[in-house]
Amino acid sequence: MAVFPRPRQALVIASVVGLAISAAACGGDDSGSGNGDSADCAAFDKYDGNDGKKVSIYASIRDTEADLLEQSWEQFTECTGIDIDYEGSGEFEAQLQVRVDGGNAPDIAFIPQPGLLATFAKAGKLKAAPADTKSSAEANYPADWLKYSTVDGKFYGAPLGSNVKSFVWYSPKQFQEKGYTVPKTWAELISLSDKIAGTKEKPWCAGIESGDATGWPATDWLEDLMLRTAGPEVYDQWVTHGIPFNDPKVATALNQAGEILKNPKYVNGGFGDVKSISTTSFQEAGLPILENKCSLHRQASFYANQWPEGTKVAEDGDVFAFYFPAIDPSKGEPVLAAGEFTVAFADRPEVQAVQNYLATPDYANSRAKLGNWVSGSRGADINNFANPIDKLSVQILQDQSKVLRFDGSDLMPSAVGAGTLWRAMVDWINGRDTATTLTTVQNSWK
Amino acid sequence: MSTTTPVLPGVTSEKLPGTAAGRVRKRLNTRAATVVSIIIAVLWTIPTFGLFVSSLRPEQDIKTTGWWTFFSSPAFTLENYNDVLFGRSASSGQLANYFVNSVVITIPSVLFPIAFAAMAAYALSWIKFRGRDWIYVGIFALQIVPLQMALVPLLSFFSRGVTLAGITLMPAWNLDDEQKFIQVWFAHTCFALPFAVFLLHNFVSQLPGELMEAARVDGASHAKIFRTIVLPLITPALASLTIFQFLWVWNDLLVALIFAGGGDETAPLTVRLAELAGTRGNEWQRLTSGAFVAIVIPLLVFLSLQRYFVRGLLTGSVKG
Repeated sequence: MAVFPRPRQALVIASVVGLAISAAACGGDDSGSGNGDSADCAAFDKYDGNDGKKVSIYASIRDTEADLLEQSWEQFTECTGIDIDYEGSGEFEAQLQVRVDGGNAPDIAFIPQPGLLATFAKAGKLKAAPADTKSSAEANYPADWLKYSTVDGKFYGAPLGSNVKSFVWYSPKQFQEKGYTVPKTWAELISLSDKIAGTKEKPWCAGIESGDATGWPATDWLEDLMLRTAGPEVYDQWVTHGIPFNDPKVATALNQAGEILKNPKYVNGGFGDVKSISTTSFQEAGLPILENKCSLHRQASFYANQWPEGTKVAEDGDVFAFYFPAIDPSKGEPVLAAGEFTVAFADRPEVQAVQNYLATPDYANSRAKLGNWVSGSRGADINNFANPIDKLSVQILQDQSKVLRFDGSDLMPSAVGAGTLWRAMVDWINGRDTATTLTTVQNSWK
Repeated sequence: MSTTTPVLPGVTSEKLPGTAAGRVRKRLNTRAATVVSIIIAVLWTIPTFGLFVSSLRPEQDIKTTGWWTFFSSPAFTLENYNDVLFGRSASSGQLANYFVNSVVITIPSVLFPIAFAAMAAYALSWIKFRGRDWIYVGIFALQIVPLQMALVPLLSFFSRGVTLAGITLMPAWNLDDEQKFIQVWFAHTCFALPFAVFLLHNFVSQLPGELMEAARVDGASHAKIFRTIVLPLITPALASLTIFQFLWVWNDLLVALIFAGGGDETAPLTVRLAELAGTRGNEWQRLTSGAFVAIVIPLLVFLSLQRYFVRGLLTGSVKG
């Protein structure tokens, strides 16, 4: 009852094929080494002396954006001879913790959550940023922003990319055809919504489904409205639990968001009723704008990538975004933003050289020229941002009159900001009242 | 020793009508049972079929409507496959590279545990030594340990080595790039062994003792018995274990993410698939075609080995 007539032969074939394939996989390794002599490399002289060294970077940025990232430091690696080994992963947050615990931390990580950054800093895993990084960060970023990567008085890393969350997407074409104007105040926004609702069309579309992160887009609504109704000082207290989560001020903000999100006349264009918000994926939520089934969609600047190929994203194009207006512009215009911070788990000279380089406006410009990127660096030249939505975002971030705050749910402990708050927002959309929703979150914040 | 295949009592499997298996077989042969099984098969295939239809639709269609609308408004494109397989940038595709990584990870990760487990199963069943049963119980108990619990310690074992009271028992491995394959093979082998030993032990210990005795009388060593008697007899079990282990390793994301990393030198298809949709999932139309590329090999393996797969399962249960 021999089942394999010639088992030995099968084994031999399998192992030979395996070996041949693995040999093929090992070939084609490039060995780029430094050539610091050419004129182009003069700018990188200060990073010299690390030829042939290797620096590993780990982040959540992947796919096309990762390609652009690797291109952006190509000249740096060619001139200095430092080999940057970049790795992007969708499981970044969880994997980083495992790798650090397992003694296999990357040299540099781009962490988008100041809360996570603080966890690593407090555990003594992170190295403080080198002096050059600190000075160029201080010269180019608002002090408010740098607080997010400062833990117990120690500065851990400069911001890298950013995105602006206080945007409402719309179709300039549709606005022109129907004679709508871009609202400058909250009152104008509501009257525009009423006007559109009067035409039997739903003005807003929204979606908060996002796999195991379902709920996060709704937290941005809450944060944006906290900034608008209560102001940045109360916002800071709120994200650090200086005021309870079910404080009346938070309830006011959430109710204000509910004026749009839970108004059956306003939502959910192209998808259905209010409850359809919780089952619509955030990637698709704004797409009905293209089919004129909805007119307004509040989402961050990075939503520009979600439009199908061939959609013109510009002030005179198919879609564009305007600043989510302040309720009382005389009190200042708050901006909700997010972004990554470059932190290091090692302090070898080559790691610090990379860190220093990534903190400079030179790098910001180099990355900006490749497109599809936003930097909050004031040293970045606005003309390098070709994409209109990126340009608008950079203008907003560089505008010193705007009040800049980081995405609150990323600042809270992750059990709350990336846990109970998400789920509470889903329940809220599905019909739970504001007070109960906020009390649930409050009870989960120990 | 002669190498004619011995005829074993009980292994010959003429189905007698009076046995339980015979009755079950009879009942499953009715028309109603056939209809039910066809319905179940269709229901179970629908999601995969939908995935397949979806992979052939244009991006805009995938993102706005369900796959079933394909039949009312058909639009057909191979763009997604083109994107995934031969994409212009490093990002949108070059699955071929990761395909090779997957094969390089899978083949040793299947062969190692099965080879070790077969030998261990033989030793635990037919070589008499002290504490044999306790070792077997220990291995059996190890199945309870969830893989996730062992990830961090194992990673630390590779990257920090082992030190006890200041004495380095094993230095750090310091593996780099392609060498990380070793870590993955090691991890997969470790995680697979308890179950593989358990399964093969049940199988090997059921072989008739007279066979082994006869071989010993003829002067065969353990190695000889293992090679010429045991291995041919447990081939169905080895084949079904191979399929299990193959599918598990091929589909594994967690172990690969941690021990192989995400670089294109070592990352398997699953890791690449997880990144295919882009930083914010904006290119998720690629996932359908990517998934189909990824299941080609498991499908081939399953279809070509399913004969042994079913036989292995049956022999394991009926032979008793």
